[in-house]
Amino acid sequence: MTSSTTPSHGTDTAQSPVARFLKATEIDTRLLGMVGALLLIWLGFHIFGAVFKGQGSFLTPRNLWNLSVQTASIGIMACGMVLIIVTRHIDLSVGSVLGFTAMVMGITQARILPDIFGLGSPMIWIVTCLVGLVVGTAIGAFHGWLVAYRGIPAFIVTLGGLLVWRGAAFLLARGETISPLDSTFSLIGGGPYGSIGATGSWIVGLIACAFILWKLYSGRKNREHHGFPQRPVWAEVFLGVLGCGLVIGATMLVNAYPWPKGIVNQYAAAQGFEVPAEGLFISHGWAIPVLVLIAVGIAMTVLSTRTRFGRYVFAMGGNPDAAELSGINTKLMTVKIFALMGFLTGLSSIVASARLNSATNALGTLDELYVIAAAVIGGTSLAGGVGTIYGAIIGALVMQSLQTGMVLIGFDAALQNIVVGSVLVFAVWVDIIYRKRAK
Amino acid sequence: MSTNPNKGTPLVELRDISIAFGGIKAVDHVSVDLYPGEVVGLLGHNGAGKSTLIKCLSGAYRADSGEVWINGEKAEINNPRDARSYNIETIYQTLALADNLDAASNLFLGRELVGAGGFLDDIAMESETRKIMGRLNPNFRKFNVPVSALSGGQRQSVAIARAVYFNAKILIMDEPTAALGPHETQMVAELIQELKKQGLGIFLIEHDIHAVMDLCDRAVVMKNGQRVGTVNVGDVTDDDILGMIIMGKKPPQAY
Repeated sequence: MTSSTTPSHGTDTAQSPVARFLKATEIDTRLLGMVGALLLIWLGFHIFGAVFKGQGSFLTPRNLWNLSVQTASIGIMACGMVLIIVTRHIDLSVGSVLGFTAMVMGITQARILPDIFGLGSPMIWIVTCLVGLVVGTAIGAFHGWLVAYRGIPAFIVTLGGLLVWRGAAFLLARGETISPLDSTFSLIGGGPYGSIGATGSWIVGLIACAFILWKLYSGRKNREHHGFPQRPVWAEVFLGVLGCGLVIGATMLVNAYPWPKGIVNQYAAAQGFEVPAEGLFISHGWAIPVLVLIAVGIAMTVLSTRTRFGRYVFAMGGNPDAAELSGINTKLMTVKIFALMGFLTGLSSIVASARLNSATNALGTLDELYVIAAAVIGGTSLAGGVGTIYGAIIGALVMQSLQTGMVLIGFDAALQNIVVGSVLVFAVWVDIIYRKRAK
Repeated sequence: MSTNPNKGTPLVELRDISIAFGGIKAVDHVSVDLYPGEVVGLLGHNGAGKSTLIKCLSGAYRADSGEVWINGEKAEINNPRDARSYNIETIYQTLALADNLDAASNLFLGRELVGAGGFLDDIAMESETRKIMGRLNPNFRKFNVPVSALSGGQRQSVAIARAVYFNAKILIMDEPTAALGPHETQMVAELIQELKKQGLGIFLIEHDIHAVMDLCDRAVVMKNGQRVGTVNVGDVTDDDILGMIIMGKKPPQAY
């Protein structure tokens, strides 16, 4: 067993400064490409607005804050869809499951729980969320069982699910819309009250910065301990400054978006103080659904890269036979993966219905396509074995940016669909070229 | 008429194994045994049933009838996990590597090292992988790339490392040199000799008759799912074995 490897040293001199920089910092070029595309979209909409509408309204705290909230629901589900697609499956049912779960939760919190706990009890939102998560997980696990133990292709199982759960959502309340929802529950959807304010946002931001710095430091320690090659110090400093800079910048941004006047007055009246004549600047800060998305993103990244479960997911995607022969219980894994997708769909359903403050049987319609598109734009390969959580979240941000941007500059709905569809196909084509050249 | 030269309790006994796929008897009442420190070659045409028989031992298939005995005790092998618990390791013809994962991830697949809190200890796994690869294939350098980027020989060495790392007692090698050049083939041969010295029992599925004559102590020849016969390699010529493979002709030395 010889090897034809070229030595890994000695080629540095031949590389361009950019290549050397990317190598030293270990920044994923695909990630760089996605972020670049995102910034291009943002700038494009802003400039288009500035030129043709007299006012660029995309790159404003208000729009970007709203964008973050609107991305949350799709982003949460996209994290689960990555694992589904990595294992060469697909889930077409997430939109319908979201609608069904929202309807179950709507009925639970508006019609059942008030009789048990009394209207306004804090138990209502807690039990409702639990019910939503359990229902979502159970549906996902059931889909996974059909796929794994009954051998029905995931495409068919979830295509069936797409119809079944949408129909079931309608039947639950005979098509009625359930509104309003529990007031604490609806905070999870965001809005002025569903945000953590300036001080809270700074605390979250500083914790995030501390975490980034600690990660860089402990990673360095760990490599040193095992005698593995280190990144150059300047690259570590650069990554630390970049990471913390992004966190601080984003925190400043969400803090720069004030509550609307009406809400301020309402809040002042409730608290019993006078609003000064020049008005009162109360920051939104990070919205709760965005924090949920970030938490899901971190948890799913840890799960997919640092645990056996995640390793098995990727092994199953890379070579299902090898995974089976390595002693991995691939059938049970499939059930778990779909159950996890269901759990995240339940969570997303909480966010989506809370944001609307109502449960309708149409909630989540077409979400499956946006979720799959987000995962795929984020670099998840439909051939299996390849995909990242952060990619899917950026993918969700790209999809939502396109939609928001087109609404802002006044494209009509038909044109929006044409653009979104074209971008999806284009993004995958670019990705294919990238992969070929990377080989 | 020759007999099995081995005495005592066999490491592995496959007794009267049968398995059929859709009416075709892939393996038809075959019995084979293997002793510690012995290499038993499994020979036959493509489709003779060698790989299928051996997959009943590695847990990839379940036999329709027959028994597996390990160290004189009846063993229940229903899946690859069970086989691993009996210290049976397999190098598959297809290598069974997850192409998108790196060498360390493949080596430890299904048996990952975990650290505090149950999280993967990738650094420890890479470190162990560097150690064993340093022994098996000192030129191996590509630790941080997916195995899809490796050459055939490098991939093979990852598959072999996986089989020998976990203290296998019974090793199944399904055409381990099929994709290799002469130099690499020689290295596999040396490895087999070394493992044999350590007291492992090895089933070797092999088409190259010369490799069989060099490496194996005994050879089992199969044809159309049935066992033609077993010979002590030292008692026969390669023509005798070829006759068994091609015509199913049993020489007098066979039993």
